[in-house]
Amino acid sequence: MPALRSLAKLVVITLFFLLAGCSSIRPWVKPYERQNLADPITFFGRDPAADNFLHHVRQAREAARGAEGSSGGGCGCN
Amino acid sequence: MKLLQKFVLISFVALLAFAGQVDAKKTAAPDFTLKSRDGENVRLSDLRGQVVLLNFWASWCGPCRQEMPILDAIHNKYKSLGFSVLGVNLDAKSEKAINYLKDTPVTFPVLYDPKGDVSGQYGVQAMPSTVIIDKDGNVRYLHEGYKSGYEDDYRKQIKTLLRE
Amino acid sequence: MVVTSKLKCFSFFVILLQFGFIALNLHAAVLPEDRSDILYHRFDGGGVVIDGPSILVRKSIQDTVSISANYYVDNVTSASIDVVTTASEYIEQRIESSVSVEYLRDKTILSVNYTQSDENDYSARSAGFNFTQDFFGDLTTISAGYSQGWDVVSKRGEEDFAEDVNRKQFRFGLTQILTKNSLIGISWETVTDEGFLNNPYRSVRYLDPTTAVGYSYQSELYPETRTSDAFAIRGMYYLPYRAAIKAEARFFSDTWGITSKNAELSYTHPIGEHWIVDAKIRSYSQTKANFYRDLFDRIDAQNFLARDKEMSTFGNDSAGLAVSYERELNWGVIDRFSVNLAVDYIQFDFEDFRDLSIEGTTVGEEPFYAFDAIVTRFFFSVWY
Repeated sequence: MPALRSLAKLVVITLFFLLAGCSSIRPWVKPYERQNLADPITFFGRDPAADNFLHHVRQAREAARGAEGSSGGGCGCN
Repeated sequence: MKLLQKFVLISFVALLAFAGQVDAKKTAAPDFTLKSRDGENVRLSDLRGQVVLLNFWASWCGPCRQEMPILDAIHNKYKSLGFSVLGVNLDAKSEKAINYLKDTPVTFPVLYDPKGDVSGQYGVQAMPSTVIIDKDGNVRYLHEGYKSGYEDDYRKQIKTLLRE
Repeated sequence: MVVTSKLKCFSFFVILLQFGFIALNLHAAVLPEDRSDILYHRFDGGGVVIDGPSILVRKSIQDTVSISANYYVDNVTSASIDVVTTASEYIEQRIESSVSVEYLRDKTILSVNYTQSDENDYSARSAGFNFTQDFFGDLTTISAGYSQGWDVVSKRGEEDFAEDVNRKQFRFGLTQILTKNSLIGISWETVTDEGFLNNPYRSVRYLDPTTAVGYSYQSELYPETRTSDAFAIRGMYYLPYRAAIKAEARFFSDTWGITSKNAELSYTHPIGEHWIVDAKIRSYSQTKANFYRDLFDRIDAQNFLARDKEMSTFGNDSAGLAVSYERELNWGVIDRFSVNLAVDYIQFDFEDFRDLSIEGTTVGEEPFYAFDAIVTRFFFSVWY
């Protein structure tokens, strides 16, 4: 779907501009308010070996591939 | 008075926000009173005359936990020379910190700031954050985050301030 | 003519495995935890049983570098629908190993990875790198990565058969923390494959009134290139009593005319101090490749021919449950360990792939194929 592709690009570019231009907006979640986001139960892939295997099972039997992972969230330490 | 205080604090926050590793710039460390784990209230200004290492940490923060035994060693090494580590715990539920300290005990005083008031005062931008305060109650050094090797800088800076 | 068919093991899985390896483990500005996992995995469905171990070891140095290595084996016993209708049951093994190195500096993580996979008639190599950057007070994380793969396709029984496949993959993701309790992420991935993209054993069927069954076989033939795009959105919400709900949706399309969408909802619920239960449901559906047909009209009906059920119109629904028991240990270097069991049940329903193993049917009117599968993961993890 080329339309979807363009849409995806648009979303990404928009977000970039929004984020780049908002120097007047301060981060609204402080680093010390991250305890829930640092909780491993919120992670999309808590156990990499098991999760990778399940992804492999799906890719072997479905034509679709890609866009399976996610990064971000967490404690934001350092 | 409250408005002026707020203005001072915000300016301080703005300063710290761009501080990174602030070197030798003298800004007064905001005073505060927090409950410690033995139930007593501890006030920062009571420690004037000592070098203080203020460490903001939480039990859910990996690098904070890594740093704890190292801070304990530093506390024990320099406390007889007029120095103290002061831990400020930012867990929203203090029991989590209490449980953590049961498993990993430390000898330095730990204060509880569950609402994050003091961390707001100090403009904490990273977890953990370490602020080193001189004998006159001024913030001299700020470290954001923790990585192996930071403790060498802490020691150097503490020794410098102790010699003043 | 004995034709054996098999489950294709694309090197693509290999590439994605390593992307998954990295991307799933990255959390803003901290290296992943040091851990080791030993996993028993098993797929049982549609006449195919694949099981084996997967061992993962990860260690960080000085909080700046983290190294991971994974060793994975698939032991395949296959009497799948493709095999049953055209050949005999076979047994084979695939071994895959991968290594990755991540480097953390300030708010950036750079990683490189390498994977190789070998079985008696397919070898795959791939290498890639990934980049993750936190900004805006660590509320926003951007990640991007590129991978390249080189496969060699061989054929059992034909010594001289060796064809290449080259793969290129580019991936981009953005995760945004919305509140103390929620976040949202979008990701986009594009893959291009070039080379010998079909299976050297698989066939298509065409109407042939001269035979007893009414149809004959000829080798499948795919285009030499394929480009695909996938776009996914995912969100997480933390519930106040300590639980998490996650949702994800993905849209896919490629130059072969296949489009798909899938959605998944999962719920993670800790019980007491040591137990965690995960429940999830997922639904997937796709349309067929434009050169796919279950039954072609005649021999050489088109330039490209496919009868791979994975290229057909179908859907699958699955439900999964996982239970985990975790405990602090303080045994020498080991901080904690966990024991885990996860089981997924998947039901596949095909809309234009027919089940030829059923007797007494008219050509082109055989019932549509369907099968179900149970996917099991049983593993131990230790953190140190």
